[in-house]
Amino acid sequence: MDSKKSNRRGFLKGGAALAGLAAGGGAQPAKGQTQGAPNEKVDELIAYGDRSHFVTSVRKPVAERHSPDEFGLTFHVLTPLQDSVGIITPSSLFYTATHRGAFVPDIDPREHRLMIHGMVDRPLIFTMDELKRLPYESRVYFVECLGNRARPAHKTVQETHGLTSCAEWTGVRLSLLLTEAGVQNTASWIVAEGAEEVKGASSIPLAKAMDDSMVCYAMNGEPLRPQQGFPLRLMVPGFEGIYQIKYLRRIKVVDRFYMTYDDYGHINPDPKVAALTHQIGPKSVITFPSGGQKLPGPGFYEITGLAWSGAGAIRGVELSTDGGKNWQTAELRTPAYPMAHTRFGFHWNWDGKECVLMSRCTDELGTVQPTRAEVAKYWNRPVEPAQVPGADNTVQPWKVLADGSVQNGLA
Amino acid sequence: MGLPKFLLVTTVLGISQTAWTQSPTYGVGRSPSTQEIAAWDIAVSPTGKELPPGHGTAKEGAAFYVQKGCAGCHGAKGSSGGHAPTLIKGANQEAHAAMSMPCLSPCVNDLNNMAVHSPFATTIWDYINRGMPLGKEGSLSPNEVYAITAFLLYKNDVIQEEEVMDQQSLPKVKMPNHAGFALPPEWKHGTPRLQGYP
Repeated sequence: MDSKKSNRRGFLKGGAALAGLAAGGGAQPAKGQTQGAPNEKVDELIAYGDRSHFVTSVRKPVAERHSPDEFGLTFHVLTPLQDSVGIITPSSLFYTATHRGAFVPDIDPREHRLMIHGMVDRPLIFTMDELKRLPYESRVYFVECLGNRARPAHKTVQETHGLTSCAEWTGVRLSLLLTEAGVQNTASWIVAEGAEEVKGASSIPLAKAMDDSMVCYAMNGEPLRPQQGFPLRLMVPGFEGIYQIKYLRRIKVVDRFYMTYDDYGHINPDPKVAALTHQIGPKSVITFPSGGQKLPGPGFYEITGLAWSGAGAIRGVELSTDGGKNWQTAELRTPAYPMAHTRFGFHWNWDGKECVLMSRCTDELGTVQPTRAEVAKYWNRPVEPAQVPGADNTVQPWKVLADGSVQNGLA
Repeated sequence: MGLPKFLLVTTVLGISQTAWTQSPTYGVGRSPSTQEIAAWDIAVSPTGKELPPGHGTAKEGAAFYVQKGCAGCHGAKGSSGGHAPTLIKGANQEAHAAMSMPCLSPCVNDLNNMAVHSPFATTIWDYINRGMPLGKEGSLSPNEVYAITAFLLYKNDVIQEEEVMDQQSLPKVKMPNHAGFALPPEWKHGTPRLQGYP
């Protein structure tokens, strides 16, 4: 079998070499049309297809704290939005964030259990197989970390906005499980908890748990990746990342905010700021052209980017090529799913002059993504980048220089 | 839920025939035993109702702080100078002053010392119990957790050195930040996060 395979590969290689010789005699094909040598990793490509080695886009840890750190913990790792297309983030490139920095647990799904207890009539415990027997649904939702804050020092959109990603999630409605357990009348919150070493836990309003939250075992058509909570995670659509408990092992129904370690990291004395910390506001960013990229010269370009809102679907996106003086309507290039990344595009003829590109979106409630100046006006004080109260959903400027290079407009 | 009636019937029969309770509509899952729930239920409310029996003082905690390896990462004086979060007030002023970058929270080098920042002492107990020491999480006994919590509260000028922390006393500790937090408003589907916010 092995020798047959190598013979086959040898034959293919020889064939390619012959083809090359033949081509040498005539007109050279355009370089992008060459077929190249056959990929040697044919078994791997057949079994679990890898991407082309010409595609090199990767995640990278946040600059503020490297991953793995000196203890071997992974903290926050950014998705390469500058290379993104469409709205689904490949599972391999989905951003990751952990409670305090965490070791990625290696959980045997046969041993994993989900317990629902607390203020319920019937505490229940489920195996993974049992959860998969229940009615399920698949939904496209983004996840964004509250730490997703653009700073002047950031060079690329991966650095400014790389703590958001979007996937198709499959699982059981949490409301179904809670209804099976029988939530008692005086309950008002749940505490959801993971099985990793730190047992990360968050308090979540019962209203949200009973609305659209899901207990998910799959993303993008396959089981969750270990960094995304294999074998089970909570999805609390539109809420900040820390609520989307990974390695979900327990849901306790309670009658108050529990002030867990993860909760108190987000508390604020001002109720207005507190209101801005759980549900993500309407937000958008241009992914091309963006910081660190370079336009080869004047001419036609398709400006593209992503828009999302924790309150529902994106209704529209506007684009400015003059630093926010004038706004024009961009086109939505994908379905606008609720609480999901939505791709926009905008035809642009660059005249070769320095300019500032911005996008802003409006969600289905009519809430418009604010500029930092508008946020400062609301708070009646200067608001530095990275210090926007609550989750930062302000407009991101990209400055295009006359030589075509693109820089962070906050710098 | 419009489920076929026969399913409901089989489920009801199932319950009557076995010791397990299953989910009423789908007949899936089982009731955890009281022991299973107790073993998993590590979330401690600000009321302290889930706190286990046990007790500890700052003096005992000072010894555990060294024995259990806390000092190895957090430093003998409550600050490692940046490797692990600062635990004791004033232990790391120089490092804080030199910080140029605000960090993601809860975080290493948070200017708000962890032990002081939380509005409830139960949060500290809960976190040490579930998340410490690094690599041996969940290995501390209730007495050790009470004692280390007492040590951190004492070193941050919240309680006296001789005060005993236990099920009754810990939830009553008045934290410096006890009034320094606001809950998010009641969440409703289809509402903006803050009315009037641009």
